Amino acid sequence: MAIRRLKHTRTHAHACMLQTPLDDFQEELVIRPLHSGDIYASFQFRTVWDADFMGDQKVSHYRLFPKSLGQVITKFSVRELHISFTQGYWRTMQWGQPYLPSPPGAELWVWFQDTVTDVDGTWKELTNVLSGIFCASLNFIDSTNTVQPSASFKPLGIGNVTDHSFLRYATLPREIVCTENLTPWKKLLPCGSKAGLSVLLKSEKLFHSTFHSQAVHVRPVCQDPQCRTTSMELRQTLNVVFDLHTSGQGKREWSLFKMFSRTLTEACPLASSSKVYVDVTDNPQFELSPATPLLTQAVVLGDRRTYSVYDLTQQASFGSSRSLNMLLRWKAADGEMLRPLLHSERYVAGYGLQAGEIHTLIYNHHPYRAFPVLLLSAVPWYLRLYIHTLTVSSKGKDNRPSYIHYQPSKDRERPHLLEMLLQLPPNSVTEVTVEFERALLKWTEYTPDPNHGFYVGSSVISALVPSVVAMDTNSTLDRPLFSSFFPCKEEASYFMRVYTEPLLVNLPTPDFSMPYNVICLTCTVVAVGYGSLYNLLTRTFQVDEPSPGLAKRIANVIRRFRGVPLL
Amino acid sequence: MAAPLALLLIVAVTIRAALFRTSLANLISERVEVVSPLNAWKRVVEGLALLDLDISPYSGDVFHETPMVIYLFHFLMDYAEITFMGAGVKFSSLHLVSQFRKQKFALEADRIPMDCLELIRSPTEMYYIPLKVAMFYLLNPFTIVSCVAKCTCGLNNAVIALFILSTMRGSALLSAIFLALATYQSIYPLTLCVPALLYLLQRLYIPVNVRRSSFWFYTLQYLFMFLGSLLVLICLSFFLLGSWDFLPAVYGFILSVPDLTPNIGLFWYFFAEMFDHFRLFFLCVFQINVFFYTLPLSIKLKEHPVFLIFMQIALIAIFKSYPTVGDLSLYMAFLPVWNHLYRFLRNIFLVSCVLLACSALFPVLWHLWIYAGSANSNFYYAITLLFSVAQILLVSDYFYAFLRREHHLTNGLYLKKKDGSEATLVLK
Repeated sequence: MAIRRLKHTRTHAHACMLQTPLDDFQEELVIRPLHSGDIYASFQFRTVWDADFMGDQKVSHYRLFPKSLGQVITKFSVRELHISFTQGYWRTMQWGQPYLPSPPGAELWVWFQDTVTDVDGTWKELTNVLSGIFCASLNFIDSTNTVQPSASFKPLGIGNVTDHSFLRYATLPREIVCTENLTPWKKLLPCGSKAGLSVLLKSEKLFHSTFHSQAVHVRPVCQDPQCRTTSMELRQTLNVVFDLHTSGQGKREWSLFKMFSRTLTEACPLASSSKVYVDVTDNPQFELSPATPLLTQAVVLGDRRTYSVYDLTQQASFGSSRSLNMLLRWKAADGEMLRPLLHSERYVAGYGLQAGEIHTLIYNHHPYRAFPVLLLSAVPWYLRLYIHTLTVSSKGKDNRPSYIHYQPSKDRERPHLLEMLLQLPPNSVTEVTVEFERALLKWTEYTPDPNHGFYVGSSVISALVPSVVAMDTNSTLDRPLFSSFFPCKEEASYFMRVYTEPLLVNLPTPDFSMPYNVICLTCTVVAVGYGSLYNLLTRTFQVDEPSPGLAKRIANVIRRFRGVPLL
Repeated sequence: MAAPLALLLIVAVTIRAALFRTSLANLISERVEVVSPLNAWKRVVEGLALLDLDISPYSGDVFHETPMVIYLFHFLMDYAEITFMGAGVKFSSLHLVSQFRKQKFALEADRIPMDCLELIRSPTEMYYIPLKVAMFYLLNPFTIVSCVAKCTCGLNNAVIALFILSTMRGSALLSAIFLALATYQSIYPLTLCVPALLYLLQRLYIPVNVRRSSFWFYTLQYLFMFLGSLLVLICLSFFLLGSWDFLPAVYGFILSVPDLTPNIGLFWYFFAEMFDHFRLFFLCVFQINVFFYTLPLSIKLKEHPVFLIFMQIALIAIFKSYPTVGDLSLYMAFLPVWNHLYRFLRNIFLVSCVLLACSALFPVLWHLWIYAGSANSNFYYAITLLFSVAQILLVSDYFYAFLRREHHLTNGLYLKKKDGSEATLVLK
C-alpha cells in the first residue's frame, strides 16, 4: 500500500514538472572601472521564451516574454532582430573594448525567416512598427539607407542561413536617445522598473553620462544539448559610462548610489538568477566594500579577468540594512591598461563643397599576429564614390583586399555598399581611402537645417581577433607533448565588432528662397531665344517708309474722294 | 595651303601636349564648365573599373556613356591623350567645307543685281577660310581645355565634323552613318537630319516639293539608311554587355535630367528649385525647346542648308541638358565661314564682351560659392543665364545678318526710298 502511494506521488510530481513553463529570466550587472577614472556599467536582462519557431505552432501564450515584441516577431517572421540606440561615441583607446559594441545613433539589422516572400515590404512594415514600440523615428529607414551586407552580419543565433537576401541592415546616425526611448525599453522587462536591477535605471542619472547605449537582441537558441527544439532568447542590454569629472567630487570614488542615485534592495522575484559582478582584476589599486567571498574568473575579450560576485537572490548579500550599495575607493594610481588589439578611426579629407575623400584607419596592435578583418561601409547616394580611386595601404605599401563586394548606388534609391576583406599586418596601421563627389540635391530633399550637414553612418569592422593573453605558445605547464604541439586554447581568438565614427559632410545648397525667381528668370532666357528667332522667322525686310503726318493723311482721304492724285 | 595648316597642327598639338604634362590637367578635368556627368573622363575610368570588378557600369548612377565608348577605351586606355588630340586634328579636315562655297558662287553669279558684287566673296578670300576654321577650332581656349580634360565631347565633335564633311561631299550613306553615330552618342544631333537631307536634295537638283515622288523616294532612302545604322549601333551595344541597361542609363539620363550637377546650361538650377508637381511638365517643355526650332528654321532656310546646320548646332549647344564649353567650340569654329556677314552684324561687340566676361567670371564665382563660402549658388546661376543670353544673341545676330544679305542679294545693296533718299531696312 505504502509503495503504491509513493509511486502515485512520484508520477504526480513528474506531471507537474512537465507542465511548468520553461520561460526563464536572468539579470546581471557588470561594473568595470576604466583606466581614465570613469566607470562602466553594463546591464543584461535575458528572457528565454519557450516557443518553437522552426515548427508550425501558433504562439499565443506569453508569460515572461513581452507580448508586444512577441507579436512583432511572429507577424513579420523574424528570425533575428538586433536594434540599438546609442548616445555618444565609445572611446576605445581610453576605455578598452565594450562588452557589446554599438554605433552612435540607431542601428537595426534583421534576419527574416526564409518563408518571407517580399522582404523589402516586410522590412518597411517592421521598421514602422518598431518605431512605434520604441518611440524612435525608425520610420526614416527606407531604401536609401538600407543595405544587404553580403558577409559582415552573420546570424548570431542558431541556424545556418547563407542566403543574404533575407538580411537587412540600416543605421540612423542622427537619431537621439532620450527618456522617451528608455521608458518603452524598460516596459519590456518582466519586472518592469519595480524590482531587481532595473530599479537602478533612472533616466536623470543615466542620461547624465558620457556614453549611453540600450539595445534589444532577439535570436533563436537551443533548448537542449542536442538542439532538437529551439526557443527565442531576448537580451536587453544597457551600457553606460559615467564620467569622473562631470559627476562632481575631486577624488576617485564610485558607488552605486553615486552612479544611479539608488541602491539595490531585492532581486526580481521572476528571475532565476540575479547577480552583480565587479571587475576586481586591478584590486590592489582599489578596495571594494562590502566584501564578498564569491569570486569568478572569466576570459572576456581576450583577457583573463577576475570578478567579485554579489548574488542578489541570497538574502545575505543585502546585509543588515536591507540594501546593497557597493563602494569602490581608490588608493593608488592605475597601472597600464591592456591596449585594445583592434581599433579604428575615420575622417573626411579635402576642402570645398565639390569633392572629398573618406579615410578609414584600422590599427592592429597585436605584436606578432596578422589577422583578417571585414570592413563594411554604407555611404549615402549623394556622396558619389569613385571606386577606381580606392586605395588600401599598410605600412606605406599597397595592400590589396582579397574580397571586394561593391554595390554602386542609384540616385534616390539605394546607398553605396562596400565590403572588403583586408589582411592587417601585425603592429600596423591600414589606411583605406576613397574619393567622392558631393551632389546638389533638389531643394525639397534638404533637411530644415541644411548647413548642419549630412550624416554618414559608421563603418563596421568585424574580425576574429587572436587574443594575446590566452595564447601561450611557450607553456611550461605539465602536459603531455602530444596535446601541446598546436596552439589550441579555447579562448585563443574572440569575435569583435568595431564601429568607426559617423561622418558629417556638408553639401552645396541652392538658395531656398528663390524657386519662383529662378523659374521666372530661366523662362525669360528661353523666351528671349524664342522671341528673337520668332521675329526673324516670321518677319521680312522692308524699306522703312515713314508714315505721313496727320494733316497729310486727312488731306489724302479728302483727295481720294475728289479723285485727285494723292500727296 | 598645306604648310600653314601643318604649322597650325604642330602648334596645336604642342600646346595640348604641354598642358597634359602639367598639374593643370588634373585641375581642368575637375572643372564643371568643361566636363559634365555625361562626358567626364573620371566617369569613363570609373565605368571601366566597375567592369573590371564584374559589375555592370550601368548598375550605378555614375557612368552615362554609351557602350561604344567602353569598347573604344577598353583598348585605348593608355593612349587616351593621343585619341583626344587626334579627334581635334580630324576636325580640321573640315577645310573641305570650302568646296561648297565655290559651287554656290557659280550658282548665284547670274541672279544678282550689279551693285551687289561687293557682297560676293572673291575666291582669294575664300582660299583662307579653311585655315581660319581650323585655327578657330584648334586654338580656341575652350577646345584646348576640353581636350586637356579628356572630355568625350571632343569625340562627339569629331563625329559631327565627319558627318558634315560627308554631307558636303554628297555621300548619303556615310552621312547617314555618321549622323546615326552622333545621335547614338547624344540624342540631340537628330535634328541635323533635316538640313543634311535638304543639302543632299539640293545637290542632286531634286526640288523640295511634297507632291514629287522623287523627293519622297530620296527622303525615304536617307531615313532608312539613318535608322538602319542607328538600329545596328544599338544592337551592337546590347551585345556588349548583354542587357538593355544602357538605354535608361544613357538616354533616360539625358532626357530626364536626374543629376543636378552645376554646369553652364539652364537646366540644373531650374530643376533644383522646381516644385515636384510641375517637374515633368517643365522637363517636357525644355526638351521640346531643343527640337522644335527645326521645322520653322528649315522652312525659312530651305535653300541654305549649310547655314541651317550651323544654326541647329548652335541651338543644341545652348539648350541641351548638360552643355559644356566643348559644345560651344563646335559652332564657334564655323564662324569664319560667314565672316562676309560681318558688315551686317549689329551686336557683335556686346556679345564678345559678354562672352569674355562670363568665361572669366565662371571660375571666380564657382570658387566663391564652393570653396570660399562667401557667395551662394545664385551668383554662378546668374553668370549661366548671362552666358546663355549672349550665345542666343550671337546666333540670332548671325541669322539676322544672313537674312539681310540674302535680301540685299535679291533687291540690291543700296536701297532707296520712294523719294530717292537712302532707305533703312526694318523687319516688319
